[in-house]
Amino acid sequence: MAVDVAPQSAAPSIRKVRLTLFMRSLRENWSLFLGTRIGVIGLVIIIFYLVLALAHPILMNTVWEERVYDPVVGYAFDETRQPAPPSRNHLLGTDPLGRDVLSQLMHSARTEFLLGLLAAVVTVTIGTTVGAVAAYYGGIIDTILMRFADLMVMMPGISILIVLSALIGVEHFELALIIGILSGFGGASILLKSQALSVVVKPYIDAARAAGGGPLHIIFIHIVPNLLPLSFLYMMFTVTGAIFSEAILSFLGLLDVRMSWGLMIHTTEAAGYLLQVGAYWWLIFPASLSITLLCTSFYLVGRAMDEIVNPRLRRL
Amino acid sequence: MAAAAQPTSSNEDRPLLQVEGLRKHFPAGASRFRRNERFIHAVDDVNFTLGRGESLGLVGESGCGKTTTGKMLVRLIDPTDGHVIFDDGTGEPTDIATLRGKPLKEFRKHAQMIFQDPYESMNPRRTIFDTIAEPLQVQDIGTLVDRLDRVMEMLALVGLTPPRTFLFRYPHELSGGQRQRVAIARALIVEPSFVVADEPTSMLDVSVRTGVMQLMADLASGLGIGYLYITHDLAVARYMCSRIAVMYLGKIVEIGDTEEILRSPQHPYTQALLSAVPVPDPTVSREAVKIKGGVTTLINPPAQCRFYPRCPIADDYCETNDHPPLERKGQEQEVSCYKA
Repeated sequence: MAVDVAPQSAAPSIRKVRLTLFMRSLRENWSLFLGTRIGVIGLVIIIFYLVLALAHPILMNTVWEERVYDPVVGYAFDETRQPAPPSRNHLLGTDPLGRDVLSQLMHSARTEFLLGLLAAVVTVTIGTTVGAVAAYYGGIIDTILMRFADLMVMMPGISILIVLSALIGVEHFELALIIGILSGFGGASILLKSQALSVVVKPYIDAARAAGGGPLHIIFIHIVPNLLPLSFLYMMFTVTGAIFSEAILSFLGLLDVRMSWGLMIHTTEAAGYLLQVGAYWWLIFPASLSITLLCTSFYLVGRAMDEIVNPRLRRL
Repeated sequence: MAAAAQPTSSNEDRPLLQVEGLRKHFPAGASRFRRNERFIHAVDDVNFTLGRGESLGLVGESGCGKTTTGKMLVRLIDPTDGHVIFDDGTGEPTDIATLRGKPLKEFRKHAQMIFQDPYESMNPRRTIFDTIAEPLQVQDIGTLVDRLDRVMEMLALVGLTPPRTFLFRYPHELSGGQRQRVAIARALIVEPSFVVADEPTSMLDVSVRTGVMQLMADLASGLGIGYLYITHDLAVARYMCSRIAVMYLGKIVEIGDTEEILRSPQHPYTQALLSAVPVPDPTVSREAVKIKGGVTTLINPPAQCRFYPRCPIADDYCETNDHPPLERKGQEQEVSCYKA
């Protein structure tokens, strides 16, 4: 009974057991997630927009003629007046420049996802590392990193983005990096450091040091894994922030992007239809509703995950 | 007997640990812009020796510096001053108080610690296998397969059988007693020369306490491990240790053979400590030793006997002279008191 693992097969079996354990905790968390109603609502909305985003290239290659339905340079030749109200060919109508609104909406969904997730990953990677390092080393390193974080928090994000886009021209990718770096070194690192502080005083950190573990071992094996739940939570909120900032900037016409939800509203505004919501609802509602819904959905998923990782919030 | 038992090499005469003038002063109310002049004298000029395979109990009330002393011996805290000469007979005697870098990492194979709280001393996100194998992993000993075998061995040794069923569990799935056994396995897997055990049984149920203590005693004699056993419980110290040291406010006030000290405590603090142990016989009446007041501050203490403000037998001499040095009073007993 004692050792019925043959030595040769032991190493792969460790990996197999690890995978099983991982799947088990995933399953447990999944059932907890399903128990939170807001999380499910958020997830449904996210999946809806994911489907829209994935369906766009398929539609463009099959049913939609590129000349007409291209989100940027297409023109609805079948309509006599632009913007045209929703019809059978154009389910959400056309915009003042004669482009199909549904196609624009679906095309933008993909970039919004990529933007949000990239910004979130950058934020959380930086924030987790900085927070763990500051909490572990303390002293002068902590002071420097945290004062730098204060500086980042004080920076008016939107204004900086305006200046930067005027200077260097900001596209989605750069935007994601800038948002990621600003909030990663700022709010995220402050929040995650406060969590890391409660981890570094645990006796198991002392035990790891007594075993001979160096700073890298302790930070990445012991501290960071205990920050991950909070990191994921913060990731969700960052997605919301990134999508929202993008919408504001492209609405102001300050982003060098081809198409986005914010830009759709900007086009409407530039053509003078913004204040005629009742008559030209299809120019405003699809884009603004999408921004609101997608931001909300990530926030809802974040809240649900908060309940999962923070047992005190769990309803028992 | 004396001549025959004498080891030939003088090197082997040395105790495992020889602690000389060990001090730890923590700054109190430090500020980055102001020079700090107030220090908490947590451990102040502590001297003792720990022989190979010997277990020494460190007894005293909360905040007297027991844990700080223990943590300095495994270098979780850097001493302010003093020497700890470590000699396990295999290499050159080294002063571990000032080790850094590679030699320090090497020393960590020889010294381990068992912590008080079995619920907090293991990373909740790592399996029992990861926890126990950690010292091997960070010291880069053996392959993954070797480590698996070693961990199974250790699990069996500490009585967690069958070992396979424990390997990939998480700490929260284990009881307090089982966790403390895992902590013991983790400490002993590198075959250390000594282990600092910081009240390893104080947070366990009384029912599993003796089991864990028995295990530690058996392993110590089986593997030749020296213990520094930190406790506030004299009964535990008596059960585990052949010698005990009584600490008060950062000083060792009495040290020596356990039975001798328990039979005839010389220092008034030890006497008071002993009289506070309840006797499980209602008909026995004992003379209670009264000490007055509470624990005095450790911040820049005055140059007088540390126990002076509370001592029932102190006089002017104790007030005006510095803390008394340890003096041999019995066969194996040293006391730091002018009046005893």
